Amino acid sequence: MEKNVTLIALFAALIAALGLIPKIDLFFGVPITAQSLGIMLCGTILGAKRGALAVLLFLLLVAIGLPLLAGGRGGLGLFASPTAGFLIGFPIAAFVTGLITEKWTAGPVWLSAGVAAVIGGIIVLYAFGIPGMAIVLDKSLIEATGLITAFIPGDLIKAALAGMLTAALVKVRPASVLSRAQA
Amino acid sequence: MISLTSPIETRAHGWPAGLKLAGLCAVTIVLFQMQSLWFHMVAFAATLTLYALPGQSFLRAGLRSLKVLWPFVLLVGIYHFITRSPLDGMVIILRMLTAVGLANLVTMTTRLTDMIAVVRWLATPLRGLGLRTEYLETAIALVIRFTPELLAKGTHLTEAWRARSARRPGWRVILPFTVLALDDADHIADALRARGGFDAMKES
Repeated sequence: MEKNVTLIALFAALIAALGLIPKIDLFFGVPITAQSLGIMLCGTILGAKRGALAVLLFLLLVAIGLPLLAGGRGGLGLFASPTAGFLIGFPIAAFVTGLITEKWTAGPVWLSAGVAAVIGGIIVLYAFGIPGMAIVLDKSLIEATGLITAFIPGDLIKAALAGMLTAALVKVRPASVLSRAQA
Repeated sequence: MISLTSPIETRAHGWPAGLKLAGLCAVTIVLFQMQSLWFHMVAFAATLTLYALPGQSFLRAGLRSLKVLWPFVLLVGIYHFITRSPLDGMVIILRMLTAVGLANLVTMTTRLTDMIAVVRWLATPLRGLGLRTEYLETAIALVIRFTPELLAKGTHLTEAWRARSARRPGWRVILPFTVLALDDADHIADALRARGGFDAMKES
């Protein structure tokens, strides 16, 4: 039990730290935030339940006023902003990502974790983010989708990274990758 | 860890946090129901007045946290300029600024300890069901304590990278970073268990 709580807490802290570390260029010098990579990793490493709980804990702390989101943002205002839908989608994205990683054990880890990150961290996340943006900005779903297509290539790169990182972690810390650990 | 609560003491700092949060929910629902431009102009002006009351530096801090909305203001503005519906655009922009502004206002005037008390109160029904909320409370404390710690370790990793490579630190840093987080979680769990773990907390 202690281990579960500390893993969930440390991954909530990891999501925050990934968004706050300055100057990580993921690819080609495009400085994209690694925060959504943190959401994907919560699912692929901790699995569905613990991954979603870690993300919920992170959101709770953002809501009560800690500046943990990328760029040092936080507070309740974010939950009324055009990007609120993404915040609501975060824990569900982590849950779906974790569920797929846990259930699909046939193939190599990098593949199932990577595909899980695409389905959970992009498709499911955008399914919440786009309506949120459409509501706050009073636009149609198609118009809101148009606004965020620019972020899809970056998110695909992050999903691939999540897959590779999870596969590497299974090698170095097999006992800690709960989505694949033999219970 | 510094929270976003404003160091400038306002009268609202003393109000019950739960009341402020409930009020914020109610006002936000009303904001999204109303379509009249006049209503939203008055609401936005009222919000700005609330920000201005505690003084200039409070107002400046408030406006700074609204800055993240500029791209959306610009986007909606251009859209409604092109579709020749500037009044609709005004309503959307004002509503967004008021809703986010009021929510930030609650964050700025509520201490972290008061917020955590509300979380504790909200978790009461869970305790009634027999769930142990000290897990949640421990977890909150751990995140607050270890985010700066992890951040420092991550910064050291990127500095170590820079010392050895001419290229900028990239995604490769994230693997050792995640390993650090996993190992920290292990060590803290051991430390908690060594002190009796969650069973010891139940009695205190």
